[in-house]
Amino acid sequence: MYNFDLERPTRVADAVKLLSDSVESQPLGGGQTLIPTLKQRLASPDRLVSLGAIDEMKGICQDDSGRLCIGGATTHAAVAADGSYPALSAMASHIGDPAVRNRGTIGGSLANNDPAACYPSAVLASNATVVTNAREIAADDYFEGMFSTALDEGEIITEVKFPVPEKANYQKFLQPASRFALVGVFVAKHSDGVRVAVTGASNNGVFRWSEAEAALSSDFSAGALSDLTVSADDMITDLHGSAAYRAHLVKVLTGRAVSAA
Amino acid sequence: MTKVSMTVNGKSVSGNVEGRTLLSAFLREDLKLTGTHVGCDTSQCGACVVHVNGEAVKACTMLAGEADGADVTTIEGMANDDGSLNAIQQAFQDHHGLQCGFCTPGMVMSAASLLKDNPKPSEGEIREYLEGNICRCTGYHNIVKAIMAASGQDVSAIAAE
Repeated sequence: MYNFDLERPTRVADAVKLLSDSVESQPLGGGQTLIPTLKQRLASPDRLVSLGAIDEMKGICQDDSGRLCIGGATTHAAVAADGSYPALSAMASHIGDPAVRNRGTIGGSLANNDPAACYPSAVLASNATVVTNAREIAADDYFEGMFSTALDEGEIITEVKFPVPEKANYQKFLQPASRFALVGVFVAKHSDGVRVAVTGASNNGVFRWSEAEAALSSDFSAGALSDLTVSADDMITDLHGSAAYRAHLVKVLTGRAVSAA
Repeated sequence: MTKVSMTVNGKSVSGNVEGRTLLSAFLREDLKLTGTHVGCDTSQCGACVVHVNGEAVKACTMLAGEADGADVTTIEGMANDDGSLNAIQQAFQDHHGLQCGFCTPGMVMSAASLLKDNPKPSEGEIREYLEGNICRCTGYHNIVKAIMAASGQDVSAIAAE
């Protein structure tokens, strides 16, 4: 790792100020991706601004409209233990391993937007709102492709607001070495329709499978998917699986998620 | 260099660290607590697991500066007050839960974390909890058996030693 200065502000405003001054800075969430990245010298900021000491960004509560509001610096372990949105807690309980879940945060995962991360699919399927120090961003506007988001330079995810669906389930086909999703599908049945979000599969990062959403909105059963096909165009091919294999998994896992929801 | 202070195994310690200094490096190189092993340095193997404010974390993937003010426990802090092995450590010895021993500090720290949250885990729960701790010798059977035994459960149904 190249050296850097470490700052640990205790208020969002102080973190934003540090991230906007002239020193090349990067926010540090739980560090479970960023620290390995720094070790590989794939990033070399002059300063890391840790968000881990900002208490106002930690914790889980419900707002007046029943949405689950999770602070951006809340760990996966805390979300896993919460249980008020069972499918979300179940998803969080299978990210990485226990020690990773004790450090990794929801804000860090979403800001990184790894194409195989679990959280992006939950945010997109739940139609959640990403709250930053500057604005609120709808899930449909937030994800902009592999490792790319609507966040501006120095913008911090302070909170994520999840509407709790009537039914939901996440199915993850584990890539056992990395414990990321080879493919993961989050299905959420809302009062106004079904949303299906797929992670791990596409070269463009998390995406909604709109044909499945239409079919499931009129018939919420795995059988409703039987006539649908998933194109392997733009799917990821790597040593763990071909594009065609991933496309196949998308449909299989969507069916399993619907059955389990 | 920045000064950091923390409590490690019940003692107040401090030292000067760079921004990039990892908690594992601070423990091993500054405090000479070399029981915390660095196996992979890529967050995969879990040999470096320590407890920070009561939670298991990978010390190779946390900056020392972020542990400023924290309460840290390493494998050196796990023995009983009289120096004898604690229940988990003794169970690893009794059930041959190690061969080369490199992964053992992390295994013991993860096991302690599991048993704190789940005092009577099933075999499956133990195996799932140890996903982030890799052992290349034992095949895990005797590690699982040791943790079952440390939790006071019958281990006769688990694979033979």
